[in-house]
Amino acid sequence: MELIQKEEVQKVLERFLNKDVYVHLETTNGAYASHFNSQASNVGAFIRNVQIRYKQVKIIGSTSFRVGLKMDAGWMYAEGLTHWELDEHHRLLLAGHDAEGRLMVACEISETPFK
Amino acid sequence: MEQHQHVVIILPHPDDESFGCSGTTLKFREQGIPVTYLCGTLGEMGRNMGSPPFATRESLPEIRKQELLAACKVLDMDVQMLGYRDKTLEFEDTQQVATHLKSILDELRPSLVITFYPGYAVHPDHDAMGAAAIEAVRMYPAEQRPELWAKAITHDRRDVLGEPDIMYDVEAYFEKKMKAIEAHRSQAEGMLSQFRESPQLKQLNQEAQKHLRYEEFYKWTF
Repeated sequence: MELIQKEEVQKVLERFLNKDVYVHLETTNGAYASHFNSQASNVGAFIRNVQIRYKQVKIIGSTSFRVGLKMDAGWMYAEGLTHWELDEHHRLLLAGHDAEGRLMVACEISETPFK
Repeated sequence: MEQHQHVVIILPHPDDESFGCSGTTLKFREQGIPVTYLCGTLGEMGRNMGSPPFATRESLPEIRKQELLAACKVLDMDVQMLGYRDKTLEFEDTQQVATHLKSILDELRPSLVITFYPGYAVHPDHDAMGAAAIEAVRMYPAEQRPELWAKAITHDRRDVLGEPDIMYDVEAYFEKKMKAIEAHRSQAEGMLSQFRESPQLKQLNQEAQKHLRYEEFYKWTF
């Protein structure tokens, strides 16, 4: 993955406009957060291979980015994104990593279902 | 160490076997006892992607699969991947997972099964895999039932469960244990970087020594 180039990612996000796409959206602080720090809670949310269709999309930010997708009847957004990749299956992979390289958030868009 | 015919390890993630019971595995293998690892998932939800990132959410499962195969080669044990998805095991039907495990145990006929201690294993997949493995072993009539050792890792394990029944000092196998852990490069890298400067066990910091040098288990009573 590479550090996010806002203009390039915006262009790729627009390729999926008004198409039925599959999304993966995830955020996590790990399954051991409260094991290593009794003050912390384990927090996470995960959704994969849900089909949506968005009609408007923006990426906003400078070093860490937010992506918001507007649908006919709803919204989807991800915050804290730092890296991106357009993989060999033409899927847009966006992720946010902390200083140690641990994934904190992922937002992925594909025209075919994720495995 | 008691004489066993075949040992089956049932844990959910690639690397659980290397951190948790690789010294024990090496000890069994040295005695010529077959060991098979039933690995529940491919650790698809692992968080360590490297800095700069060398893995993505989508490429991680294949990377971890190759790491698992490499680690099992170091430990000289067989491995079967069960095909569940990381972080979803606890939402599966426990009885269904247990039946799946039982069908594999029926073929392997182990004399000993090692798994996590449900409720004392920190990660939800650990708890769920342990619960299903115990259910699978429970299905056997007492006279055919393999022995079961459960691994507890919560901070309060000793307060609640007492002293473990089995405690192996695996110092003699430490070098190979570290090789197995290092095979899981994608996930172990962060943790290992602090040891790497002093590979000798004696020089490891106390926490790591306690964590990695002793492998402890509770014998399950049915």
